[in-house]
Amino acid sequence: MRTLETVLAEHPFFQGLEKRHLEVITGCASNATFDEGQFIFREGEEANHFYLIRQGRVALEVHAGGVGTITIQTLDAGDILGWSWLVPPYRWHFDARAVEPTRAIVLDGECLRRKCEDDHDLGYELLKRFAEIITQRLQATRLQLLDVYATRG
Amino acid sequence: MVPRPFRVQQIRHETHDTFTLELEPAKGSEVFLFKAGQFNMLYVFGVGEIPISISSDPTNPRVLMHTTREVGVVTKAMGKLRRGDVIGVRGPYGSPWPVEQADGSDVVIVAGGIGLAPLRSALYQMLAHRQRYEKIVLLYGTRTPNDILYRRELQRWRAQFDLEVHITVDRAMSGWRGNVGVVTSLIPRAPFDARNAVALVCGPEIMMRFTVLELQRRGVPPSNIYISMERNMKCGVGVCGHCQFGPCFVCRDGPVFRYDTVQHLFERREI
Repeated sequence: MRTLETVLAEHPFFQGLEKRHLEVITGCASNATFDEGQFIFREGEEANHFYLIRQGRVALEVHAGGVGTITIQTLDAGDILGWSWLVPPYRWHFDARAVEPTRAIVLDGECLRRKCEDDHDLGYELLKRFAEIITQRLQATRLQLLDVYATRG
Repeated sequence: MVPRPFRVQQIRHETHDTFTLELEPAKGSEVFLFKAGQFNMLYVFGVGEIPISISSDPTNPRVLMHTTREVGVVTKAMGKLRRGDVIGVRGPYGSPWPVEQADGSDVVIVAGGIGLAPLRSALYQMLAHRQRYEKIVLLYGTRTPNDILYRRELQRWRAQFDLEVHITVDRAMSGWRGNVGVVTSLIPRAPFDARNAVALVCGPEIMMRFTVLELQRRGVPPSNIYISMERNMKCGVGVCGHCQFGPCFVCRDGPVFRYDTVQHLFERREI
């Protein structure tokens, strides 16, 4: 059976981390499962976790009044879900709902924030990794906003 | 240069604004030989002539198909054609997808929107000679689930064990269970060997620019990436100059270009 530390060490997001940092992160990690349709978090709730999806699919959704619920992005196995735990006011901006039965490693953001304050090297390593993900998602969002497949003419 | 008469066999509405025109020669039983990626000039008599990629199977040249979007005067007139109506066809023109050169490689096909149409021909041809290739992966992005082309074929292809199909949409309501996100987001995890892959890309130019960047980030060399360009083609034979793209004419030297040969033009807004 693979330990949490092994799973985290093998994930591209944590690759290159020092063993001591990995041990700290593992100490803030646990396994979780979500049923199809189950909300992982809701818009406006406190954001004190992030998730490494191991299996399944998660939809980030926003409820747009009379228009209904719009899915703005889906995340699959291997993806990192959530960065609002890292930035004040630590609140979720969207709903996250499991579209399929989903397995994930949950990382306790409150615990990690404290550890990062104590060890800025760990904080820098985590911030670097999240900055890359945030940049990728920002670029993807810009491309989405361009609406490149719209009819023009 | 003289259009040949072709009779409309069928018009299949793919989505709310796209349709596939199925044609057969109006006279005799001639076959229409073409290569995947080429286009024809289609002439709706009394209305006008436009270039449209061929979207049918090059290994079955008795059926000629073109998929297009109802967006201008000619395509709107085309959409109103009925079975038995006759239109003019000039072609085939232009450069093909490197289907033969991809022998022995993984092939990753990245299509955006209506860009799936010319790539369908390449896919038909590769599936007809499946043993020649390693992995074949189709990554297809559209605006919404309602804009997905060739639904029945995509379902059939998804069920095949020798073809990976991944579809994503830019936006969806909550009932959609598939991927939501831009097509480039499918590239990092798509199952192909970047060092031994040939990539065929077709879609809006912005989508192709971001796709090429992501393919290169994954490790696909620029010389193994092929893009299909769209410009305002009129004559189809490199004479009128309407489709000039730097030193090239898209109708004659393209529409399919190896990326490293046009990279310096592709990234310049003046061209």
